[in-house]
Amino acid sequence: MGIHDIIPEYEVLRDPQRCTVCRLCERECANGVHSFNPKTGKMQSDNTKCVDCRRCVVFCPAHALKIVRNEESYRTNAQWDRQTVNEIFKQAETGGMLLSSMGNPKPYPIYWDKMLLNASQVTNPSIDPLREPMETRTFLGKKPHELRRDEKGRLRTDNLPPQLDLDVPILFSAMSYGAISYNAHKSLARAATALGTYYNTGEGGLHEDFYKYGPHTIVQVASGRFGVYKRYLEAGAAIEIKIGQGAKPGIGGHLPGSKIVGDISRTRMIPEGCDAISPAPHHDIYSIEDLRQLVYSLKEATDYKKPIIVKIAAVHNVAAIASGIARSGADIIAVDGFRGGTGAAPTRIRDNVGIPIELAIAAVDDRLRQEKIRDRVSLIAGGSIRNSADVVKAIALGADAVYIGTAALIALGCHLCRACQTGRCNWGIATQRPDLVKRLDPDVGTKSLINLVSAWKHEIMEMMGGMGINSIEALRGNRLMLRGIGLNDRELKVLGIKHAGE
Amino acid sequence: MRDRSNGLGGGFAAYGIYPKQKDLYALHVFYGSRRAKDECERIIHASFDISVAERIPTRRVPGITDAPAVWRYFGLPFPKLLEAADIDEREFVVRFVMKVNTEVQGAYVFSSGKNMGVFKAVGFPEEVGRFYRLEDYEGYCWTAHGRYPTNTPGWWGGAHPFALLNYSVVHNGEISSYDANRRFIEMHGYRCTLLTDTEVIAYIIDYLNRRRGLSLKETADVVAAPFWKEIAAMPKEKRGYYTYLRNVFSSLLITGPFSILVGFAGGMMALNDRLKLRSMVVGEKGDTVYVASEECAVRTVEPDLDRLWSPRGGEPVIITLDKGVKV
Repeated sequence: MGIHDIIPEYEVLRDPQRCTVCRLCERECANGVHSFNPKTGKMQSDNTKCVDCRRCVVFCPAHALKIVRNEESYRTNAQWDRQTVNEIFKQAETGGMLLSSMGNPKPYPIYWDKMLLNASQVTNPSIDPLREPMETRTFLGKKPHELRRDEKGRLRTDNLPPQLDLDVPILFSAMSYGAISYNAHKSLARAATALGTYYNTGEGGLHEDFYKYGPHTIVQVASGRFGVYKRYLEAGAAIEIKIGQGAKPGIGGHLPGSKIVGDISRTRMIPEGCDAISPAPHHDIYSIEDLRQLVYSLKEATDYKKPIIVKIAAVHNVAAIASGIARSGADIIAVDGFRGGTGAAPTRIRDNVGIPIELAIAAVDDRLRQEKIRDRVSLIAGGSIRNSADVVKAIALGADAVYIGTAALIALGCHLCRACQTGRCNWGIATQRPDLVKRLDPDVGTKSLINLVSAWKHEIMEMMGGMGINSIEALRGNRLMLRGIGLNDRELKVLGIKHAGE
Repeated sequence: MRDRSNGLGGGFAAYGIYPKQKDLYALHVFYGSRRAKDECERIIHASFDISVAERIPTRRVPGITDAPAVWRYFGLPFPKLLEAADIDEREFVVRFVMKVNTEVQGAYVFSSGKNMGVFKAVGFPEEVGRFYRLEDYEGYCWTAHGRYPTNTPGWWGGAHPFALLNYSVVHNGEISSYDANRRFIEMHGYRCTLLTDTEVIAYIIDYLNRRRGLSLKETADVVAAPFWKEIAAMPKEKRGYYTYLRNVFSSLLITGPFSILVGFAGGMMALNDRLKLRSMVVGEKGDTVYVASEECAVRTVEPDLDRLWSPRGGEPVIITLDKGVKV
């Protein structure tokens, strides 16, 4: 160790009474934390390599391991805390940008937890979902301006623009094959099919094996255009143009050449070992009218049969941007909040750029209504949806549906160690190492995702029933069902809700 | 039915009551002050060619106090204004009503149809009927309502029926979809000023039936749509029809308990919420039809019915005058 002595964040505690030196921990840890010391005949650990993913703890047959936050510290200082000092040390050593993964972990306000839901009492009966129908089906897409009738005066139903038909207003958000593993993708694709919803390829193309899940797949077109060709566009139920992502608004992506091997290279349609660099902007979009051209190019390419989603990160001017997108021909707008996850992002960007989805979705919904164009697009909110109550609140604020990414990964076994960028995911999710990938059993993964979304659906139905609402569309934008708690006037105004007690 | 209301609002809508002025709009207006009347009349006279302006005849009734001035005006919009705005007569009247009700403090237009009128007040319905001397009117269709307000204080404008153009709505229930419906309908130029769900129902009916050109049956199929489970079991064409309506007008689905009577020129529609969380019965005697929340109300008016039935939730009962009947 030199002058930049980085204190490890975590400490591996091993109970020597229990440890049988079976060396399983050594095999389970791709980070090389555990090793056998032949001199002592005992296991030892290197705390500096530990990311607290808990793989070894879970798999230790003797329950001998525990990982705790390292109590060792620099001299206590509220301004210069341990992480701050560690990061300076790292940058002084390397001269590089700090990289991290998953969502912004900083203690910014979580507005979901500052909104409370309503329930019926006396004047309006609550509805019991066990006894009465409770509907969560929703459609995403443009609604027609004109109604037409046939020669007999019957309403014609053939003028509906393409729609996505969701049994539950929850979709799996974009995560590319490359950022996550084959088995993770397989789990998402099969779960989306079983649940009557959609998963999203992200920017990694669509693996040949997964074309059969096309009716439940959203195919993404991002700035790198990896894996995009006619058959790909035609395979999906919808096409998403990714402009931005909540975890890293304003910047592109970078999958290192070391991960561009085998199927990944084939699926992305780039040579093996070649870095996959997604530029920050789309090089054919330098203004809103360029977006419109791309929207219509994709519609032309797919015969106007697929809804086009435009995904943007929630940034300061999100309402005005969304209004421009709504007029660009897009059918659906996805807004991704600043807590959205990622496989890799510069830490400073992840932690400091963008705004919370709660405020963004409220502002966008308001703006589209003020401009009388809310009917022209559907809205998907993403980036920090943690549970069914967040879903209900997002829809009551004005979203048609939500994207979940981090929650889905947690269901697959992610322990939020936030080290995806290393490619050594011990749970087989954010890795391409075959020995690690096979740790994620796609049957178990599929089942876990189905369980999670089904459980949320039951909870959503229960909450809706409590409010006396038996159909999700009557919840959408129904902001009187929300009250703020501990919010100031300005926050309440942006959210468009009253304070509790009002 | 006194037991089912609490004296904080009662009212009636009557159709066919102004045969002499049947082609003119009858505007009924509450005024809380002299200033409100002056200001509102300035707008009325600038917008309409008024042939009659008068106080609506009333009598003193012990239960009815704090009455505002209640006026009515018969007239037609100036054609040159319609031309200048490039809108039809009815749209002009809707915009006029929205303008007065949101912009003129103390004035409230509560009836704006032709050959029909709403009479309402804070009080029990029978007192309201005496107050407005309703025995002096004759009509082919009447609706009545006794209020037990839950969400908003009892005030004259808040009593039912709630009316716009020839549509009038009386509503028994409380809808849980209110804010979703309100925020959608306000996107289309309506202003919900009362915070009552009845107001939003009236605007939805105007929007779907008049502005979008849906029939009343189709309108009922939007606001009280069948459940997806029922739709799935329908034959293909019907399934396509209901799926289309639920998709295109998803924000106008009304949830929560309601039984409503919608009056319109030439008839009346009765509709229950799709779960039938509120009761509603229909009775027939000869060529007269009675609809009420409770059977006892119908029996009180006509004890000897030919037929009495309970419509299913979401199934509209549309009653129209026989062909050839002049009103």
